[in-house]
Amino acid sequence: MNDTVVPAGEPWMGVVRRGQLLRIVDLEGNQAVDTLFYNADDTHEHYSAQNTIQSQGRIYLTTGSVLLSNRGQPMLRIQDDTCGRHDTLGGACSSESNTVRYALEKRYMHSCRDSFLLALARRGHGLTKRDLPSNINFFMNVPVTPEGGLRFADGISAAGRHVELVALMDTLVLISNCPQLNNPCNAYNPTPIRVITRESA
Amino acid sequence: MTAAPHVVTPLLWEEDLPGGSHWSGVLRRGVALRLIAQDDDANVAALFYSREQPLERYNMADTLKAQHTAHLTTGCVCYSDMGRILCSVVADTCGWHDPLCGLTDPDSIAARYGVTRFQEERNSRYVSGREAMLVELGKFGLGERDLVANINFFSKVVVDDGGHMRRDAGFARAGQHVELRFEMDTLVLLHAGPHPLDTATPYAPAGVRLEARRASPVAADDPCRMRCPENARGFVNTERLYL
Repeated sequence: MNDTVVPAGEPWMGVVRRGQLLRIVDLEGNQAVDTLFYNADDTHEHYSAQNTIQSQGRIYLTTGSVLLSNRGQPMLRIQDDTCGRHDTLGGACSSESNTVRYALEKRYMHSCRDSFLLALARRGHGLTKRDLPSNINFFMNVPVTPEGGLRFADGISAAGRHVELVALMDTLVLISNCPQLNNPCNAYNPTPIRVITRESA
Repeated sequence: MTAAPHVVTPLLWEEDLPGGSHWSGVLRRGVALRLIAQDDDANVAALFYSREQPLERYNMADTLKAQHTAHLTTGCVCYSDMGRILCSVVADTCGWHDPLCGLTDPDSIAARYGVTRFQEERNSRYVSGREAMLVELGKFGLGERDLVANINFFSKVVVDDGGHMRRDAGFARAGQHVELRFEMDTLVLLHAGPHPLDTATPYAPAGVRLEARRASPVAADDPCRMRCPENARGFVNTERLYL
Protein backbone atom coordinates (compact mmCIF):
# COMPACT_ATOMS: atom_id res chain seq x y z
CA MET A 1 0.00 0.00 0.00
CA ASN A 2 1.11 3.53 -0.54
CA ASP A 3 0.89 6.70 1.53
CA THR A 4 2.90 9.52 -0.03
CA VAL A 5 3.04 13.27 0.37
CA VAL A 6 3.62 14.71 -3.11
CA PRO A 7 5.17 18.19 -2.96
CA ALA A 8 3.87 20.97 -5.18
CA GLY A 9 5.17 20.75 -8.73
CA GLU A 10 6.06 17.04 -8.57
CA PRO A 11 4.58 14.11 -10.50
CA TRP A 12 3.53 10.78 -8.99
CA MET A 13 2.84 7.43 -10.63
CA GLY A 14 1.44 4.27 -9.12
CA VAL A 15 -0.82 1.29 -9.71
CA VAL A 16 -4.22 0.77 -8.10
CA ARG A 17 -5.51 -2.79 -8.46
CA ARG A 18 -9.14 -3.56 -9.19
CA GLY A 19 -11.14 -3.13 -5.98
CA GLN A 20 -8.48 -1.02 -4.27
CA LEU A 21 -9.01 2.58 -3.23
CA LEU A 22 -7.17 5.72 -4.29
CA ARG A 23 -7.53 8.72 -1.99
CA ILE A 24 -6.13 12.15 -2.83
CA VAL A 25 -6.05 14.68 0.01
CA ASP A 26 -5.82 18.44 -0.65
CA LEU A 27 -3.61 19.05 2.39
CA GLU A 28 -3.59 22.85 2.45
CA GLY A 29 -6.54 23.68 0.20
CA ASN A 30 -7.27 24.76 -3.39
CA GLN A 31 -4.55 22.66 -5.00
CA ALA A 32 -5.20 21.44 -8.55
CA VAL A 33 -4.23 17.78 -9.00
CA ASP A 34 -3.89 16.96 -12.72
CA THR A 35 -4.60 13.24 -13.08
CA LEU A 36 -4.67 10.60 -15.83
CA PHE A 37 -5.60 6.93 -15.62
CA TYR A 38 -4.46 4.04 -17.85
CA ASN A 39 -5.44 0.40 -18.01
CA ALA A 40 -2.38 -1.12 -16.28
CA ASP A 41 -2.43 -4.13 -18.63
CA ASP A 42 -2.96 -2.19 -21.88
CA THR A 43 -1.98 1.45 -21.59
CA HIS A 44 -3.49 2.37 -24.94
CA GLU A 45 -6.73 2.32 -22.99
CA HIS A 46 -6.97 5.46 -20.86
CA TYR A 47 -9.36 7.88 -19.19
CA SER A 48 -11.53 9.80 -21.67
CA ALA A 49 -12.95 13.16 -20.59
CA GLN A 50 -15.45 13.25 -23.43
CA ASN A 51 -16.75 9.69 -22.92
CA THR A 52 -17.07 10.35 -19.19
CA ILE A 53 -19.05 13.60 -19.42
CA GLN A 54 -21.11 12.29 -22.34
CA SER A 55 -22.10 9.23 -20.33
CA GLN A 56 -23.05 11.05 -17.13
CA GLY A 57 -24.52 14.06 -18.97
CA ARG A 58 -22.58 16.40 -16.71
CA ILE A 59 -19.22 18.15 -16.97
CA TYR A 60 -18.29 18.05 -13.27
CA LEU A 61 -17.16 14.99 -11.31
CA THR A 62 -18.25 14.09 -7.80
CA THR A 63 -19.45 11.10 -5.74
CA GLY A 64 -21.05 8.54 -8.06
CA SER A 65 -19.21 9.66 -11.18
CA VAL A 66 -17.84 6.72 -13.17
CA LEU A 67 -14.68 7.50 -15.13
CA LEU A 68 -14.87 5.89 -18.57
CA SER A 69 -12.02 4.92 -20.85
CA ASN A 70 -11.53 5.81 -24.51
CA ARG A 71 -13.02 2.34 -25.17
CA GLY A 72 -16.13 3.14 -23.15
CA GLN A 73 -15.16 0.90 -20.23
CA PRO A 74 -15.59 1.88 -16.56
CA MET A 75 -12.16 2.52 -14.99
CA LEU A 76 -12.86 4.00 -11.56
CA ARG A 77 -15.82 5.32 -9.58
CA ILE A 78 -15.72 8.25 -7.17
CA GLN A 79 -17.13 6.89 -3.93
CA ASP A 80 -16.31 9.71 -1.53
CA ASP A 81 -15.80 13.41 -2.15
CA THR A 82 -15.65 16.13 0.48
CA CYS A 83 -14.86 18.84 -2.12
CA GLY A 84 -17.96 18.42 -4.28
CA ARG A 85 -16.81 19.33 -7.76
CA HIS A 86 -13.83 18.39 -9.91
CA ASP A 87 -12.93 19.66 -13.39
CA THR A 88 -12.96 17.69 -16.65
CA LEU A 89 -12.31 20.49 -19.17
CA GLY A 90 -9.31 22.58 -18.11
CA GLY A 91 -6.66 20.04 -19.05
CA ALA A 92 -3.03 20.44 -18.07
CA CYS A 93 -0.94 23.59 -18.19
CA SER A 94 2.05 23.38 -20.51
CA SER A 95 4.94 25.69 -21.22
CA GLU A 96 3.47 26.27 -24.70
CA SER A 97 -0.07 27.06 -23.49
CA ASN A 98 1.42 29.34 -20.85
CA THR A 99 2.84 31.48 -23.68
CA VAL A 100 -0.67 31.86 -25.08
CA ARG A 101 -2.53 32.34 -21.84
CA TYR A 102 -0.22 34.70 -19.97
CA ALA A 103 2.78 36.01 -21.92
CA LEU A 104 5.36 34.67 -24.39
CA GLU A 105 8.06 34.79 -21.69
CA LYS A 106 6.04 32.47 -19.39
CA ARG A 107 7.35 29.51 -21.41
CA TYR A 108 10.06 28.90 -18.83
CA MET A 109 7.85 28.33 -15.82
CA HIS A 110 7.14 24.82 -14.55
CA SER A 111 4.04 23.14 -15.96
CA CYS A 112 1.97 19.99 -15.58
CA ARG A 113 2.74 18.67 -19.04
CA ASP A 114 6.45 18.93 -18.37
CA SER A 115 5.85 16.97 -15.15
CA PHE A 116 3.80 14.36 -17.03
CA LEU A 117 6.52 13.96 -19.68
CA LEU A 118 9.26 13.66 -17.07
CA ALA A 119 7.29 11.04 -15.15
CA LEU A 120 6.67 9.04 -18.33
CA ALA A 121 10.34 9.28 -19.30
CA ARG A 122 11.45 8.06 -15.85
CA ARG A 123 9.00 5.23 -15.46
CA GLY A 124 8.70 3.99 -19.01
CA HIS A 125 5.58 1.83 -19.58
CA GLY A 126 6.09 2.76 -23.26
CA LEU A 127 4.02 5.90 -22.77
CA THR A 128 4.83 9.13 -24.64
CA LYS A 129 3.23 12.47 -25.42
CA ARG A 130 0.82 10.57 -27.69
CA ASP A 131 -0.63 9.07 -24.52
CA LEU A 132 -1.50 12.37 -22.82
CA PRO A 133 -5.22 12.89 -23.40
CA SER A 134 -7.29 15.55 -21.64
CA ASN A 135 -6.92 14.98 -17.88
CA ILE A 136 -8.97 15.43 -14.74
CA ASN A 137 -8.18 18.33 -12.42
CA PHE A 138 -9.18 17.24 -8.94
CA PHE A 139 -10.11 20.11 -6.59
CA MET A 140 -10.13 22.62 -9.48
CA ASN A 141 -13.11 24.85 -10.21
CA VAL A 142 -13.77 25.64 -13.90
CA PRO A 143 -17.40 26.73 -14.16
CA VAL A 144 -19.21 26.85 -17.53
CA THR A 145 -22.13 29.25 -17.93
CA PRO A 146 -25.39 28.61 -19.84
CA GLU A 147 -24.17 31.25 -22.33
CA GLY A 148 -21.18 29.04 -23.14
CA GLY A 149 -18.51 30.93 -21.19
CA LEU A 150 -15.75 29.21 -19.20
CA ARG A 151 -13.37 30.56 -16.58
CA PHE A 152 -10.88 29.48 -13.97
CA ALA A 153 -12.60 30.46 -10.74
CA ASP A 154 -11.45 30.58 -7.15
CA GLY A 155 -11.34 27.10 -5.71
CA ILE A 156 -14.11 25.53 -3.66
CA SER A 157 -11.79 23.09 -1.93
CA ALA A 158 -10.17 23.61 1.46
CA ALA A 159 -7.45 22.16 3.65
CA GLY A 160 -8.00 18.48 4.37
CA ARG A 161 -10.69 17.84 1.76
CA HIS A 162 -10.34 14.61 -0.19
CA VAL A 163 -11.65 12.56 -3.06
CA GLU A 164 -11.64 8.76 -2.98
CA LEU A 165 -12.03 6.45 -5.97
CA VAL A 166 -12.47 2.71 -6.24
CA ALA A 167 -10.67 1.07 -9.15
CA LEU A 168 -12.90 -0.97 -11.45
CA MET A 169 -9.86 -2.31 -13.38
CA ASP A 170 -6.14 -2.49 -12.66
CA THR A 171 -5.21 1.14 -13.20
CA LEU A 172 -1.94 3.03 -13.70
CA VAL A 173 -2.27 6.49 -12.14
CA LEU A 174 -0.32 9.52 -13.39
CA ILE A 175 -0.51 12.68 -11.28
CA SER A 176 1.03 16.13 -11.68
CA ASN A 177 0.68 18.19 -8.53
CA CYS A 178 0.17 21.42 -10.42
CA PRO A 179 2.92 24.13 -10.31
CA GLN A 180 0.82 26.83 -12.01
CA LEU A 181 1.42 30.30 -10.48
CA ASN A 182 -0.53 32.43 -12.96
CA ASN A 183 -4.16 31.69 -12.17
CA PRO A 184 -6.33 30.89 -9.15
CA CYS A 185 -6.35 27.11 -9.75
CA ASN A 186 -3.83 26.76 -6.89
CA ALA A 187 -4.79 30.01 -5.14
CA TYR A 188 -1.44 31.33 -6.56
CA ASN A 189 0.36 29.14 -4.04
CA PRO A 190 0.91 25.49 -5.04
CA THR A 191 0.94 23.18 -2.01
CA PRO A 192 1.50 19.45 -1.23
CA ILE A 193 -1.07 16.69 -1.57
CA ARG A 194 -1.27 13.26 0.01
CA VAL A 195 -1.87 10.18 -2.14
CA ILE A 196 -3.09 7.01 -0.39
CA THR A 197 -3.78 3.65 -2.02
CA ARG A 198 -5.21 0.83 0.08
CA GLU A 199 -7.50 -2.19 0.11
CA SER A 200 -11.18 -1.35 0.43
CA ALA A 201 -12.59 -1.96 3.91
CA MET B 1 -23.33 35.45 -36.23
CA THR B 2 -22.07 37.72 -39.00
CA ALA B 3 -19.41 36.69 -41.48
CA ALA B 4 -15.90 37.88 -40.71
CA PRO B 5 -14.40 40.38 -43.17
CA HIS B 6 -12.10 37.94 -44.87
CA VAL B 7 -11.70 37.75 -48.63
CA VAL B 8 -11.42 34.50 -50.50
CA THR B 9 -10.82 33.58 -54.12
CA PRO B 10 -13.23 31.51 -56.18
CA LEU B 11 -13.66 27.85 -55.39
CA LEU B 12 -10.55 25.62 -55.40
CA TRP B 13 -12.55 22.44 -54.98
CA GLU B 14 -15.84 21.16 -53.59
CA GLU B 15 -17.01 17.86 -52.22
CA ASP B 16 -20.34 16.52 -50.99
CA LEU B 17 -19.92 14.39 -47.88
CA PRO B 18 -23.05 12.21 -47.58
CA GLY B 19 -24.71 11.87 -44.18
CA GLY B 20 -23.05 9.13 -42.14
CA SER B 21 -19.76 9.16 -44.03
CA HIS B 22 -16.22 10.19 -43.14
CA TRP B 23 -13.45 12.09 -44.88
CA SER B 24 -9.87 13.17 -44.40
CA GLY B 25 -7.56 15.47 -46.27
CA VAL B 26 -4.85 18.10 -46.01
CA LEU B 27 -5.74 21.79 -45.85
CA ARG B 28 -2.70 24.01 -46.35
CA ARG B 29 -1.94 27.22 -44.48
CA GLY B 30 -3.94 30.00 -46.13
CA VAL B 31 -6.79 27.81 -47.40
CA ALA B 32 -10.34 28.24 -46.07
CA LEU B 33 -12.72 25.29 -45.79
CA ARG B 34 -16.45 26.02 -45.67
CA LEU B 35 -18.75 23.35 -44.20
CA ILE B 36 -22.35 23.78 -45.37
CA ALA B 37 -25.11 21.81 -43.66
CA GLN B 38 -27.23 20.03 -46.25
CA ASP B 39 -30.17 19.37 -43.92
CA ASP B 40 -31.50 20.48 -40.54
CA ASP B 41 -29.87 19.24 -37.33
CA ALA B 42 -26.53 18.47 -38.95
CA ASN B 43 -23.49 17.40 -36.95
CA VAL B 44 -19.92 17.13 -38.20
CA ALA B 45 -17.28 15.69 -35.88
CA ALA B 46 -13.82 17.10 -36.63
CA LEU B 47 -10.20 16.53 -35.63
CA PHE B 48 -7.08 18.47 -36.63
CA TYR B 49 -3.41 17.40 -36.69
CA SER B 50 -0.29 19.20 -37.87
CA ARG B 51 0.59 17.81 -41.28
CA GLU B 52 4.27 18.41 -40.58
CA GLN B 53 4.33 16.71 -37.17
CA PRO B 54 1.03 14.96 -36.31
CA LEU B 55 2.13 14.64 -32.68
CA GLU B 56 1.03 18.28 -32.57
CA ARG B 57 -2.76 18.15 -32.62
CA TYR B 58 -5.97 19.98 -31.71
CA ASN B 59 -6.26 20.41 -27.95
CA MET B 60 -9.73 20.88 -26.48
CA ALA B 61 -8.58 22.20 -23.11
CA ASP B 62 -6.12 24.74 -24.51
CA THR B 63 -8.74 25.94 -27.00
CA LEU B 64 -11.35 26.46 -24.29
CA LYS B 65 -9.21 28.02 -21.59
CA ALA B 66 -7.24 30.37 -23.86
CA GLN B 67 -10.51 31.89 -25.08
CA HIS B 68 -12.61 31.45 -21.92
CA THR B 69 -15.28 29.68 -23.89
CA ALA B 70 -17.15 26.38 -23.91
CA HIS B 71 -18.43 26.84 -27.46
CA LEU B 72 -16.90 27.87 -30.78
CA THR B 73 -18.10 30.53 -33.22
CA THR B 74 -16.77 33.37 -35.39
CA GLY B 75 -13.55 34.81 -33.95
CA CYS B 76 -12.57 31.63 -32.13
CA VAL B 77 -9.50 29.65 -33.10
CA CYS B 78 -8.58 25.98 -32.64
CA TYR B 79 -5.36 25.59 -30.68
CA SER B 80 -2.83 22.80 -30.94
CA ASP B 81 -1.18 21.42 -27.81
CA MET B 82 1.94 23.42 -28.78
CA GLY B 83 0.46 26.88 -28.35
CA ARG B 84 -0.20 27.37 -32.05
CA ILE B 85 -3.37 27.87 -34.08
CA LEU B 86 -4.35 25.11 -36.48
CA CYS B 87 -7.38 26.96 -37.84
CA SER B 88 -9.60 29.97 -37.20
CA VAL B 89 -13.39 30.29 -37.42
CA VAL B 90 -13.69 33.17 -39.90
CA ALA B 91 -17.40 32.85 -40.68
CA ASP B 92 -20.34 31.17 -38.99
CA THR B 93 -24.03 31.52 -39.80
CA CYS B 94 -24.94 28.83 -37.24
CA GLY B 95 -23.58 30.47 -34.08
CA TRP B 96 -22.54 27.60 -31.81
CA HIS B 97 -20.33 24.55 -32.22
CA ASP B 98 -19.81 21.97 -29.48
CA PRO B 99 -16.27 21.19 -28.30
CA LEU B 100 -17.32 19.08 -25.28
CA CYS B 101 -19.32 15.96 -26.06
CA GLY B 102 -17.08 13.73 -28.15
CA LEU B 103 -17.98 10.91 -30.52
CA THR B 104 -20.52 8.13 -30.76
CA ASP B 105 -19.16 4.60 -30.43
CA PRO B 106 -20.49 1.29 -31.79
CA ASP B 107 -22.40 0.57 -28.57
CA SER B 108 -24.13 3.95 -28.44
CA ILE B 109 -25.05 3.74 -32.14
CA ALA B 110 -26.42 0.20 -31.71
CA ALA B 111 -28.38 1.19 -28.60
CA ARG B 112 -30.05 4.13 -30.32
CA TYR B 113 -30.51 2.98 -33.90
CA GLY B 114 -30.04 -0.79 -33.86
CA VAL B 115 -27.32 -3.06 -35.16
CA THR B 116 -26.54 -2.97 -38.87
CA ARG B 117 -24.12 -5.01 -40.94
CA PHE B 118 -22.79 -4.39 -44.42
CA GLN B 119 -24.00 -7.90 -45.40
CA GLU B 120 -27.62 -6.73 -45.21
CA GLU B 121 -27.47 -2.94 -45.35
CA ARG B 122 -24.63 -2.43 -47.85
CA ASN B 123 -23.49 1.18 -47.71
CA SER B 124 -26.36 2.11 -45.40
CA ARG B 125 -24.54 0.42 -42.51
CA TYR B 126 -24.24 2.81 -39.58
CA VAL B 127 -20.68 3.87 -38.76
CA SER B 128 -19.96 5.31 -35.32
CA GLY B 129 -17.83 8.40 -34.86
CA ARG B 130 -15.10 6.42 -33.15
CA GLU B 131 -14.88 3.91 -36.03
CA ALA B 132 -14.92 6.70 -38.60
CA MET B 133 -12.03 8.53 -36.96
CA LEU B 134 -9.99 5.36 -36.41
CA VAL B 135 -10.30 4.53 -40.11
CA GLU B 136 -9.18 7.98 -41.23
CA LEU B 137 -6.38 8.11 -38.65
CA GLY B 138 -5.13 4.75 -39.89
CA LYS B 139 -4.59 6.16 -43.37
CA PHE B 140 -1.88 8.40 -41.95
CA GLY B 141 -0.20 5.88 -39.68
CA LEU B 142 -2.11 7.20 -36.67
CA GLY B 143 -4.49 5.29 -34.42
CA GLU B 144 -6.28 4.95 -31.12
CA ARG B 145 -3.53 6.73 -29.15
CA ASP B 146 -3.96 9.75 -31.40
CA LEU B 147 -7.76 9.95 -31.08
CA VAL B 148 -8.06 13.06 -28.92
CA ALA B 149 -11.10 15.13 -27.94
CA ASN B 150 -12.95 16.38 -31.03
CA ILE B 151 -15.22 19.24 -32.06
CA ASN B 152 -18.84 18.73 -33.13
CA PHE B 153 -19.70 21.42 -35.66
CA PHE B 154 -23.36 22.56 -35.97
CA SER B 155 -24.33 21.18 -32.52
CA LYS B 156 -25.29 23.41 -29.61
CA VAL B 157 -24.86 21.93 -26.15
CA VAL B 158 -25.78 24.14 -23.20
CA VAL B 159 -24.36 23.52 -19.73
CA ASP B 160 -26.53 24.61 -16.81
CA ASP B 161 -25.28 25.93 -13.49
CA GLY B 162 -25.11 22.40 -12.11
CA GLY B 163 -22.93 21.25 -14.99
CA HIS B 164 -25.66 19.24 -16.73
CA MET B 165 -25.47 19.23 -20.53
CA ARG B 166 -28.44 19.57 -22.86
CA ARG B 167 -28.27 19.42 -26.65
CA ASP B 168 -30.45 21.97 -28.42
CA ALA B 169 -32.30 19.70 -30.89
CA GLY B 170 -33.10 21.38 -34.20
CA PHE B 171 -30.63 24.21 -33.60
CA ALA B 172 -28.74 24.00 -36.91
CA ARG B 173 -30.68 24.59 -40.12
CA ALA B 174 -30.07 23.45 -43.68
CA GLY B 175 -27.84 25.88 -45.57
CA GLN B 176 -26.00 27.25 -42.56
CA HIS B 177 -22.23 27.22 -42.81
CA VAL B 178 -19.05 27.57 -40.81
CA GLU B 179 -15.77 28.51 -42.47
CA LEU B 180 -12.34 27.55 -41.13
CA ARG B 181 -9.19 29.34 -42.27
CA PHE B 182 -6.17 27.09 -41.84
CA GLU B 183 -3.18 28.77 -40.20
CA MET B 184 -1.00 25.63 -40.39
CA ASP B 185 -0.74 22.79 -42.90
CA THR B 186 -3.34 20.58 -41.28
CA LEU B 187 -4.57 17.04 -41.54
CA VAL B 188 -8.37 17.30 -41.23
CA LEU B 189 -10.67 14.41 -40.25
CA LEU B 190 -14.45 14.76 -40.58
CA HIS B 191 -17.44 12.54 -39.86
CA ALA B 192 -20.97 13.64 -40.76
CA GLY B 193 -22.61 11.44 -38.13
CA PRO B 194 -25.14 11.91 -35.33
CA HIS B 195 -24.15 13.93 -32.27
CA PRO B 196 -23.68 11.67 -29.22
CA LEU B 197 -26.50 13.46 -27.35
CA ASP B 198 -28.89 13.39 -30.36
CA THR B 199 -31.87 11.28 -29.30
CA ALA B 200 -33.80 11.55 -32.59
CA THR B 201 -34.60 8.36 -34.44
CA PRO B 202 -34.44 6.86 -37.00
CA TYR B 203 -30.82 7.24 -38.09
CA ALA B 204 -30.77 10.06 -40.63
CA PRO B 205 -27.62 12.18 -40.33
CA ALA B 206 -27.40 15.23 -42.58
CA GLY B 207 -24.79 15.50 -45.27
CA VAL B 208 -22.33 18.36 -45.46
CA ARG B 209 -20.90 20.19 -48.47
CA LEU B 210 -17.21 21.09 -48.37
CA GLU B 211 -15.92 24.12 -50.29
CA ALA B 212 -12.24 25.12 -50.28
CA ARG B 213 -11.07 28.62 -51.20
CA ARG B 214 -7.86 30.57 -50.78
CA ALA B 215 -8.10 33.02 -47.91
CA SER B 216 -6.59 36.47 -47.85
CA PRO B 217 -3.54 36.90 -45.56
CA VAL B 218 -4.31 37.32 -41.88
CA ALA B 219 -4.50 41.07 -41.31
CA ALA B 220 -3.12 42.91 -38.28
CA ASP B 221 -6.72 43.63 -37.24
CA ASP B 222 -8.08 40.18 -38.10
CA PRO B 223 -11.13 39.46 -35.89
CA CYS B 224 -9.72 36.10 -34.74
CA ARG B 225 -6.38 37.69 -33.84
CA MET B 226 -8.13 40.59 -32.08
CA ARG B 227 -10.65 38.50 -30.15
CA CYS B 228 -8.41 38.36 -27.07
CA PRO B 229 -4.72 38.92 -26.19
CA GLU B 230 -4.33 35.14 -25.97
CA ASN B 231 -5.18 34.76 -29.67
CA ALA B 232 -2.73 37.53 -30.62
CA ARG B 233 0.01 35.51 -28.91
CA GLY B 234 -1.24 32.31 -30.55
CA PHE B 235 -0.83 33.93 -33.98
CA VAL B 236 2.71 35.04 -33.06
CA ASN B 237 3.61 31.47 -32.09
CA THR B 238 2.10 30.18 -35.35
CA GLU B 239 3.76 32.77 -37.60
CA ARG B 240 7.17 31.91 -36.10
CA LEU B 241 6.77 28.34 -37.42
CA TYR B 242 6.54 29.61 -40.99
CA LEU B 243 9.39 32.15 -41.03
